[in-house]
Amino acid sequence: MSEAALSSAESQSLHRIAGMMIPASAEYDIPGADDRLIFADIVGSFGRDLGDVRTALAALSTLAGGSFADLDEARAASLLEQFLASGSTSTSVLGRVILQCYYRDDRVLRSLGLESRPPFPKGHTLEQGDWSLLDAVRARPKLWRDDRKVLR
Amino acid sequence: MSRNGMVDVLIIGSGASGAAVAWSLAETRMRILCLEQGDWMKHADFPSNGHDWEARRYGDFDISPNRRARATDYPINDDASPMKIANFNGVGGGTIFYTAHFPRMHPSDFRVRSLDGVADDWPVDYWTLEPFFAENDRMMGVSGLAGDPGVPSRNPPMPPIPLGKTGMIYARAMNRLGWHWWPSDTTVATTEYDGRAACINVGHCTPGCAQGAKASTDITYWPRALRAGVELRTRCRVREITTNEHGMASGAVYYDADGMERFQPAEVVILACNGIGTPRLLLNSASARFPNGLANSSGLVGRNLMLHPWPQVTGYVEDKVDGSRGPMTCMWSKEFYETDPSRGFVRGYTLQFARGTGPVNEAVTSVAAGRLPWGMDHHRVYRQLLDHRLQIGIACEDLPEEHNGVTLDPVLKDDHGIPAPRIDYTISENTRRMMEHGIARAEQILTEAGASNLYASRTVLNSPGHLLGTARMGNDPERSVVNAWGRCHDVKNLFIVDGSIWVTSGGVNPTSTIQALALYVADSMKQRLATLFD
Ligand SMILES: Cc1cc2nc3c(=O)[nH]c(=O)nc-3n(C[C@H](O)[C@H](O)[C@H](O)COP(=O)(O)OP(=O)(O)OC[C@H]3O[C@@H](n4cnc5c(N)ncnc54)[C@H](O)[C@@H]3O)c2cc1C
Repeated sequence: MSEAALSSAESQSLHRIAGMMIPASAEYDIPGADDRLIFADIVGSFGRDLGDVRTALAALSTLAGGSFADLDEARAASLLEQFLASGSTSTSVLGRVILQCYYRDDRVLRSLGLESRPPFPKGHTLEQGDWSLLDAVRARPKLWRDDRKVLR
Repeated sequence: MSRNGMVDVLIIGSGASGAAVAWSLAETRMRILCLEQGDWMKHADFPSNGHDWEARRYGDFDISPNRRARATDYPINDDASPMKIANFNGVGGGTIFYTAHFPRMHPSDFRVRSLDGVADDWPVDYWTLEPFFAENDRMMGVSGLAGDPGVPSRNPPMPPIPLGKTGMIYARAMNRLGWHWWPSDTTVATTEYDGRAACINVGHCTPGCAQGAKASTDITYWPRALRAGVELRTRCRVREITTNEHGMASGAVYYDADGMERFQPAEVVILACNGIGTPRLLLNSASARFPNGLANSSGLVGRNLMLHPWPQVTGYVEDKVDGSRGPMTCMWSKEFYETDPSRGFVRGYTLQFARGTGPVNEAVTSVAAGRLPWGMDHHRVYRQLLDHRLQIGIACEDLPEEHNGVTLDPVLKDDHGIPAPRIDYTISENTRRMMEHGIARAEQILTEAGASNLYASRTVLNSPGHLLGTARMGNDPERSVVNAWGRCHDVKNLFIVDGSIWVTSGGVNPTSTIQALALYVADSMKQRLATLFD
């Protein structure tokens, strides 16, 4: 539904930006944010962010003086840097929309040593730790002011 | 407008304080009704049930009502405040969303004028509230450890949340510095408790606990209050409190789930709508009899808003730590809580030590802070951040100032056409100095813990949802809205029990004290039933 809301020019620009912002890495054996599955998740998840995403893409094509997707690599890289430095709300929303889909992809999570699952119902384990570390604190005199004594 | 049958007590708002007061009054066998604008929450709908668990905190589980924009929310104009408003509207109120850090105010917090020469003393003291703190700890189910020299003696019914890897790193650093620390009191159940399951370290405590280990009042006070005969009606948004020819509250006009306007008559009305919802309702209840808003002869309804500026300092260690695999809440330090004039400010703060965060939130906050680049280097840097984070929050006390407050926005309205609140708030010079002091101490701790890449976020992202002070307590009707036991000076059958009655804010998360006060007001009412309106 959201994909239909982007024109094909917008969609192509977004695809290019996503791959530049988070590129694939052979070193870590992970896809980029322009990977087919991740990109499909991104365009399917705009929800209430669609307006900001479109504003950001419009700002980018204004900077590019046309389609961002058609720019050569050097020009695209320098414009993207300029665009990201703008610090506008719509730019940070665009970044978040990409990140929130990228960092829930099974392959990406596995490469980070994380299980790809929601936190509930399995939960996690948390080690007790060494409570004897508190001994030093237990030995301290009280720190709080007792109004009954101070104001007597 | 249709008119319902009379009730003895009408409570408006079912959050932290509304639930406590409902439960406590239930034993009187009066006819008690609570109207709540939100819904019952289904724990299966909480974000941690799904793969999009982190994304939803930027959507239908955002802490800002403006962003969340559920039908059960009302908009708040907070453009004129550096701190944005966080809340939740539903059965349980803010406790659905709170992080369950559960310190009490200190005895000195109730005596700020006498001890430190600022603001005003409260008309109640810690020792009067102490039995109600203990009762509330039992009802909510508190986990913690007795013996803390930083706070008065108390006996949490469950053991503390484990220290974990992250806690051990903090603890060692604090011991080397010789500074106080202690495992935090929290309302996360560490064992089975009163029908609640124990925490399994889902780790995403704030936007609702799917396990039900976190004590929100929909699963603590409310089931008991309902069994004792209290009625709770959801999706009922109150527009105004009405009064009769004797200047007493006569009931409330509200919109029901179908949008129908209804009148609910009542002998006694209790407001529990929080430090923004309550002044909003009182101001919206202006009438020929009360032209400046209800219970507002002092002119203080909506004034003295306190929000707890809450800087956070983040750093990253080489070892992997707990990340989001456990409750955020870990431990506190009271080293800088009590006033020390040599620090250059009065009053003080709690240091709140947190665990890390999930993969999406780590990326989003790190990009925003400028420590995570886009492009080829993104992956290398990200691997140094995720699960390496330490984070210390600085819970600063902001003092009451009349120019900080809640008024009615002249333009903005909710879905029912009811004027929305507008927030005007600035951070005082005393608070700024306190914040900088806390940031410097937090940086010292993180450095001692071996962290680098330190980053201090001062306010914008950190609004803690503490809404206090806008209908303050006091003995003088010219300087306060309610008396020492929560009854409005101007309207003798109208009570307020939520965070708006606070006189000062302390340097702690407020819910434990809000609820203890609500139980104390309920108890005061029960003691005086025959003479309640004298
Ligand atoms: C993200 C977040 C994290 C937090 N973390 C902590 C923490 O760790 N520790 C802590 O102590 N506190 C924390 N808090 C604060 C805590 O939630 C509040 O202090 C507490 O819930 C306030 O209690 P209350 O009774 O004053 O109001 P609330 O709990 O806010 O309840 C008010 C209720 O009134 C209802 N209401 C308002 N207006 C109307 C109306 N006109 N008609 C009908 N119903 C109405 C609302 O829908 C709401 O349910 C946090 C809050 C947030 C948002």
